[in-house]
Amino acid sequence: MAASLRALRRRIRSTQSTKKIFSAQELIAGARIVRAQARVEASKPYAREITRVLSALASSASLDHPLLTEREKPKRAAVLVITSDRGFAGSYNVNVLRRTEELLSLLRQEGKDPLLYVVGRKGETYYSFRNRPMVRTFTGFSEQPGYVNAQEVGSVLIDAFTAGEDDEGDDPGADDVLGVDELHIVYTEFRSLLSQVPVAKRMAPLEVEEVEEFDYEREEREQGRGSDTGVPTSYEFEPSAEGLLDALLPKYVTTRIYAAMLEAAASESASRRRAMKSASDNAEELAKNLSRQANQARQAEITQEISEIVGGADALVSAGVDD
Amino acid sequence: MATLQVELVAVERMIWSGEASMVIARTTEGELGVLPGHAPLLGELAPGGVVTIRTGSGDDLVVAAHGGFLSVTDRGVSILAETAEISTEIDVERAREALRRAESAGDDPEALAAGRRAQSRLRAAGETV
Repeated sequence: MAASLRALRRRIRSTQSTKKIFSAQELIAGARIVRAQARVEASKPYAREITRVLSALASSASLDHPLLTEREKPKRAAVLVITSDRGFAGSYNVNVLRRTEELLSLLRQEGKDPLLYVVGRKGETYYSFRNRPMVRTFTGFSEQPGYVNAQEVGSVLIDAFTAGEDDEGDDPGADDVLGVDELHIVYTEFRSLLSQVPVAKRMAPLEVEEVEEFDYEREEREQGRGSDTGVPTSYEFEPSAEGLLDALLPKYVTTRIYAAMLEAAASESASRRRAMKSASDNAEELAKNLSRQANQARQAEITQEISEIVGGADALVSAGVDD
Repeated sequence: MATLQVELVAVERMIWSGEASMVIARTTEGELGVLPGHAPLLGELAPGGVVTIRTGSGDDLVVAAHGGFLSVTDRGVSILAETAEISTEIDVERAREALRRAESAGDDPEALAAGRRAQSRLRAAGETV
């Protein structure tokens, strides 16, 4: 009996110390969400402006940039998966990876060869454990991505995409590099603190028509003002419209990767906070049950000791009567 | 007097927005001054460039903008940059250090870009490069 009481006490102690870890993680994640959301907000003016500039360009320039044109026979598709570096985030990574698997099998059905580019250590381990080839992995910034990280990833992907321009089937073409014909991205969209949804999007070839309309532009249009109504503004270009498009499109792709990374970071923290909250709740519950059991065991021990003493005294008394 | 509504945005945050009487920038084609009522224009800023915003109160706001675009519409002027710093926030010593490092690193494109960034920071801070 005494042994099991000791074991129970040990378990209570360890549950309590893990609970401390969980609640600390929960607090950290909570603080991170706020910061991540602020970063998402802070990156919006640029995204809005670059989208506006691009739409202006799109209406004036002839759009036969490689990043905009559909390849005739797409053979290979790059898939960028954004996962987290650390675990402790509930189903966050599982969901992204499941969404990725769906996309991969869809691409295979369409006769395209998917190539994996992975952000985050969790995704990396997932694929290397299954012996699945990855073209490139990027780790170490999933929680707080900077624009430099997006640039690094973006330049790798854009290079691969440009290299794929002259590929003929499995023949690498003039530049001797086997590139890709499509770029896809899978990340977790931050809808609210309670809901984060993994989404898959195609980044290239781009469709500029798809450019989201921002709230204030809609407002302006509804109020019947703003220059976007009717006649498009005719711009002067320095250098040429084509030159600008060349310079702008890669930046636009990078911006979208950056936006995806920021959303993913916010989602990661949100789902970590939720996971840690339920983990610390569970730990508390467990500690409560365990201490009940420990008290019971202690009571039982005392009861047993008393009955042993009483029994012993009885035995002595009856022996004394005999004496 | 008519004023320009100017927005200066970097990728990671909005740097400055407000009214200005004139914006001076250098695109890949050459130096350019924008006054209120300028025709709509899209331009790519020259690498290592400096943008000067003459604010409504007559002060000059000098900004080191790297990898950017200039868009002039009838709504105003927006300057998009990958990185941008206002001259008063620039640490001259650090920029010099960065320039030295970049120059000694040789010819690889990363170092060249870093060098240009450092140059534009120094120029914006009013140093001669």
